[in-house]
Amino acid sequence: MAENVFGWLDERLGLKAIYDTILDRKVPKVNWWFTLGSASLFLGVMQGITGMLLSVYYVPTPDHAYDSITFIMTGVQFGWLIRGIHHWGASLLILTAFIHMLRVFFYGAYKYPREFTWITGVTLLICALGMGFTGYLLPWNQRSYWATTVGSEIAGTVPWLGDFIMRVLRGGSDLSALTLSRFFSMHIWIIPAIVLAVVGTHLYLVIRLGISHIPDKDS
Amino acid sequence: MPSKYRSPVMDRRSFVKIVTASLGSMMAAIVGLPVIQYFISPALGKTTSDDWISLGSVDNFPFDIPTLFNFAITKVNGWERSSLSYGAFVLRKEGQDPIVFSDVCTHLSCRVNWNEEKSEFYCPCHAAFFSKNGEVVSGPPPRPLDRYEIRLDGDQLFIHLTEG
Repeated sequence: MAENVFGWLDERLGLKAIYDTILDRKVPKVNWWFTLGSASLFLGVMQGITGMLLSVYYVPTPDHAYDSITFIMTGVQFGWLIRGIHHWGASLLILTAFIHMLRVFFYGAYKYPREFTWITGVTLLICALGMGFTGYLLPWNQRSYWATTVGSEIAGTVPWLGDFIMRVLRGGSDLSALTLSRFFSMHIWIIPAIVLAVVGTHLYLVIRLGISHIPDKDS
Repeated sequence: MPSKYRSPVMDRRSFVKIVTASLGSMMAAIVGLPVIQYFISPALGKTTSDDWISLGSVDNFPFDIPTLFNFAITKVNGWERSSLSYGAFVLRKEGQDPIVFSDVCTHLSCRVNWNEEKSEFYCPCHAAFFSKNGEVVSGPPPRPLDRYEIRLDGDQLFIHLTEG
């Protein structure tokens, strides 16, 4: 029965071909450092899932942000778990992505023909940092308020354009409801949309080009 | 691989597949089951109310004209203290206890209005009409307007608000 259903779908969707291309690729002999890309992808997906769940209760306004998060932590069953995964997963994702980058760098895996894979990877790392920066403000507690004050002030030190960049980040001259809602929008819509497109490209390139072997004496 | 290391039961590939699938399902369950609770837990906490609401002196209400009395109750939903407004139509008749209708339409909970010219309660959402005594005249409502239990303390009128 199950085989019949699978067969019917496979004939029409080409599932076996997708499986073979994505999971049954030929890979050189590699080591555990090569798992960090998958680890980052897994953590990214977890951030997406837990983020969607948090948005069930979180309200991005100065009136409600702090209280809604307190409610998630104390009033909703397993709210602490969902937020905990999102909170710790965020730091862990930066860590795995960064070590992934170091692995690629030290194995020289960014070289021809994988330069564009590297560029998309760097874009993703910057996006991850952007997610961290925008997500940090959302609890709207003392720490996030002052972290964003300092962070946007640092952006303000850019020569010539600094003041303009700071105002654009804050949506005005001060941290306000505008800052919170634009950070929220960046955090859940704009950056994730970019991440989705670039992760797609990154994975396409990994599958298209295959992964590089560990450098030996000849290389 | 030398044959003495080979399992007679399954090859390496199917072993890895089974381990991956079972670990994956376990992880999905560990996260997935709490998610159900996460979603439904606010729906499980019922807020009940059982109050006698004072409508003031019964003499404030005219005879034979259903008159709306509005009041508000504060409830805590999630982290927010929200003020919920209620309406009650008081109908006094000579020599009888007053009748107090809820203004909630029995169809789908819109609020009904009193139309004095036609002497009917009217719900604008789905064109429902109730008579002065709350009986369904036309439209979709399944039952007459709900009535509050009342209490008279001298001339003071109270209604019994029960929910949950």
